[in-house]
Parts: sequence; structure tokens; C-alpha cells
Amino acid sequence: MKLRNNIFALDVTDYKILEALQQDARQTYTDIGEHLDIAHSTVYDRIKRMEQYGIIKQYTTIVDAGKTGAKNITAIMTIYTEPKESEHVAEKLCKAPEVLEVYTSLSEELQIIAKITAENQERLHAFIANSIAPLPGVLRIRTSILTKKFKENQFSIGSDPKKVRFIKETSNIERR
Amino acid sequence: MSLGKDIKILKTVPREKAFYFFTSIGNYTGLSASSLKEFMEKINEVNVKSLEFHLHRNDFEKWINEVLEDQELAAEMRKLQKFNLVGENLRNQIYVTVSRRLKRLTSQL
Repeated sequence: MKLRNNIFALDVTDYKILEALQQDARQTYTDIGEHLDIAHSTVYDRIKRMEQYGIIKQYTTIVDAGKTGAKNITAIMTIYTEPKESEHVAEKLCKAPEVLEVYTSLSEELQIIAKITAENQERLHAFIANSIAPLPGVLRIRTSILTKKFKENQFSIGSDPKKVRFIKETSNIERR
Repeated sequence: MSLGKDIKILKTVPREKAFYFFTSIGNYTGLSASSLKEFMEKINEVNVKSLEFHLHRNDFEKWINEVLEDQELAAEMRKLQKFNLVGENLRNQIYVTVSRRLKRLTSQL
């Protein structure tokens, strides 16, 4: 891992460690070291550095909400806003516990896209009507209630084609 | 009804207490009303689907009763539900009901 223009350039070993952690963050430094054929102390040092520089943000647990008995509904909200109020609306959304994710999007009109959860449709509507629609700068809102999930993945090193190519190419050079 | 109470019904409420017109769950039209007069004006402007949505859910009755504190108009809104009106007929009926009430209230001032 090298510092270039205040950005940390990861090398192939770092990517492999990240890939291993993304598959199973509970494995030990020794497990990862054995799998990658490197010393566990190297794994430890690199993980600590990646934690320190915020490349590894956190270790978390992915919960299957359905299996916990929670019957919450999830919706995607598109909020059209006046340009000068957009940031303010996004900040307000971020503070609401019902809102899971907030993005701005590039399109003809300025939009904020947010993922939101609620106990039921009535609670969802009440939250939007009482807390989002009255925010200054909100022009209109489109909401789609999600019905069936086909896939949900976090960003993974293994799903980035450029990184995979880099790892493969670098591994071949190292083997030669 | 006292004159003081009638004047109170004609007040302009803060934006967090305004009526926000939706066409369905979570779909906000961008139109809102902060007073009875504004409410009457927006009835003519808004997508008729929004009027059907809110009347069916008792939202008009609830807002007029709880925010504007006009029990008389709230009761008239409740009665409107029984006629099962839709489309432009519904718009006209709501408009006539609200404008008649507004005229009565303003004439007393």
C-alpha cells in the first residue's frame, strides 16, 4: 500500500486480503495468511493500515430481516427538489431513522433518491406526508414500494472487473 | 358559531401543518394548501386522482377538523364520501362545498 497524492494505492496483496475479508470477516489473520501464502503478521499490518486509513470502514453483520419476523416494507423514494435546497433536503433525510440510504442523481431535474423502511404503508405515507413533503424546496415525490428482492450485494472487490483483472495479471507476473 | 372562531378557521397555518396533496401512498403532487382559501383554489388545480385518494382516506375531513378546527365543514366532507362520486363530479362537489363554506365565513367578517 503506497501513498500517491493522498490516495492509498493498494497492491495485489491488499486486494486479496480485502476479498478474503469480504467473503468472511470472521476468519483469523492466520487463516487469511495461509490462504494467500503470506505471513499472518503481514496480514495483520495491512489490515490495521487499511482500517487506520478508512479503506476498511467497519465489520458488520448482514441480517435477513424476513427471518427475524420483521414485516417492514421498503420503498424507493425519488424526491424532486429546487437546486438550492437539495443539500438541505438530503441532510434532513439522513437524520431520519426510517431512511436507510440517500443519493443524489444525475438527470434533467435534480433528484434525491432514498431508500426508506416503515412498519406498513400507512406509516410510510405518514412519514412522507408529515416529514418529507413539508421540507422547503421539495417539489414533488414519487414512491415505489418494493415487493420482491432478486439480489442484494454490497460493493465487493470480487465484483469489480478492473480489480479482478489487476489481481490476475499481477499474480501471473509474481509467479513468473 | 362565534365570530372569533370563524376568523380562526380562516387562518394560515405553518407549512408543517399544511395539507399536502398526494395521488397515492407516498406520491406527492407538489401542491399544498395552508389555508381554507388556498385549499379551495388547489381543489381546482390538483389531479382528480388526488381528490379521490384523500376523500376515501378521510384526509380532508381530518385536516379540516384538526388543523383548521372547522367541525361544520369536516362534517360536510364526511357526508360527501357517501355519494361515491369520482372524477370531475367529485371535484365539482368538493369545490362547491368548500367555496360555499368559505363565502359564509368571509361574509361574517
